[in-house]
Amino acid sequence: MTAPDDGAPPVEVRGLVKRYGDLVAVDAVDLTVERGDVFGYLGPNGAGKTTSLRMMLGLIRPTAGTVRVFGRDPGVSVSALEGVAGFVEAPRFYPYLDGRTNLRLLAALDGSGADTLVEETLATVELSDRAKDKVGGYSHGMRQRLGIAAALLRRPRLLLLDEPATGLDPAGMRDMRALIRRLADDGMTVVLSSHLLTEVDELCNRVAIVRRGRMVYEGELADLRRAAGATYRLRTTDDDRALSVCAGQAGIAEAARGDDGVIELRADGDEAVAALSLALTGSGALILELAPHMASLEDLFFELTEGAEANAA
Amino acid sequence: MTRRPGARTVYRWELRKLRSQKRTYLGLGAAILVPSIFVIAVAIQGGKAEDVPFGRYIDTTGLAIPLVMLLFGSIWFFPLITALVAGDIVANEDQNGTLKTILTRSVERHHVYIGKVLAALTYAITAIVLAGVVATGLGVIVSGFEPITSLSGTIVQPGRGLALVGASHLAYLMPIIAIASIGLLFSTIFRNSAAAVVGTLMFSLLLQLVTIIPGLDGLRPYLLSTQFDAWQGLLRTPVDWAPMVRAAWVCALYAVPALAAGLIVFVRRDVAGG
Repeated sequence: MTAPDDGAPPVEVRGLVKRYGDLVAVDAVDLTVERGDVFGYLGPNGAGKTTSLRMMLGLIRPTAGTVRVFGRDPGVSVSALEGVAGFVEAPRFYPYLDGRTNLRLLAALDGSGADTLVEETLATVELSDRAKDKVGGYSHGMRQRLGIAAALLRRPRLLLLDEPATGLDPAGMRDMRALIRRLADDGMTVVLSSHLLTEVDELCNRVAIVRRGRMVYEGELADLRRAAGATYRLRTTDDDRALSVCAGQAGIAEAARGDDGVIELRADGDEAVAALSLALTGSGALILELAPHMASLEDLFFELTEGAEANAA
Repeated sequence: MTRRPGARTVYRWELRKLRSQKRTYLGLGAAILVPSIFVIAVAIQGGKAEDVPFGRYIDTTGLAIPLVMLLFGSIWFFPLITALVAGDIVANEDQNGTLKTILTRSVERHHVYIGKVLAALTYAITAIVLAGVVATGLGVIVSGFEPITSLSGTIVQPGRGLALVGASHLAYLMPIIAIASIGLLFSTIFRNSAAAVVGTLMFSLLLQLVTIIPGLDGLRPYLLSTQFDAWQGLLRTPVDWAPMVRAAWVCALYAVPALAAGLIVFVRRDVAGG
């Protein structure tokens, strides 16, 4: 058993493969989660996100490759999970026990005085009022929150959450995100699998995008956006004239009508845009709209996951 | 660093879980109800069960009643009560998805398994003891605390008779523990509670059928079902220890590999469900 290494990254995955017979659920994934990251593990359903998280939690063994959490192998001993908590798929509890007893049971299995945190974590997830009710009668959202409470009992430095907002109503989603935000602000490293782009967009600083078990992108969310480049939308009183102005304008490229008839163009920085607005006014094509259109995460996501599919085909 | 919780913590909480589950009370309730009905039938009809040992004494001494219960119960009643929890205790968590919940805490998998084994055995032992106490208590009320005739034809005084009834139940625990061990193995590999409970009961019944097949009669002393009769050696004068000794090692031959296999599967398996 390796000793805890304070310098080791919270998650380090190298060449990870999980095969079920002919099905390759996770295919040669490499990723590193640094301290303080809110790391989005993004991909369509069935991309192997949950399988990867299960391996990080030591629930299943990799077919090949390595998983290290804080430098330790979770497949060898649960001692590797010290400071690590989370859940895969929906968190599950004993339906015939009440919420508090479920947490007390898990705290007993954690040791290290986790039982003293039961009331505090119930309060954190706003379940104190329902703590004496059987979990069998809890709504999906309450179970998700109890799942977070169960994770917090372990005083985690790394929180692994699998689709934490899935199945929640809009208010539940908002609360869940606020809670994750708050935990991350307190310095917790969070790995968050999701197929909800807005969730990742709102919470994460770094992302890995997976598709059919393979990773298609890993890095800063901001870099991903930058790589995709900024486009502008342009509407004028005379679009034909505007297009010809754009064609002769330095620093402006790829001006063309988009699907909705609105002109889209690329610009080399703010100055080129400012110069364009002057030229348009001078030509008599008066500007109705000239606005940056950042590539949404959704655009990028589809480009990466479906584009890759088109390339492969 | 504080010591990590182990099998004892798991055991304590497994008992707590059993106390909150209907299934537990179904088993323990049956362990109380069936001997009660049996005693009431004896009281009302004054009937006898001439074809089994001690059957003819059930209306002359209450001590015969728990012994007749042991005989009838070995066919399927006590194996079923045992399998009800042993077959469920791992598979239930698989089906509920709670296995992943407890296996991502700070208890090693083998400690989880040992805690579950101990809890399933505790329940099985409780059920047998409960059935024995109820059968003896009600039996004595209905048929009296009278001397009992041993299998050798000697008269045994009620005090010693009661001790022998107690000892018989202890001897009965050997095959019960073996059945529980097989139930635990099935519970671990089938991942389905109903399949494991039925499988355990089927296993127990099939072993009894083996002896019907011509030429296999020689296997009889080594079958699990035969060990349910080992306690009868205690009710001979002098006591015949041979069946008890054989029961001890034959039951161990069933129980130990089953428990070991269950442990290995549990520790190594992927927890992919839930």
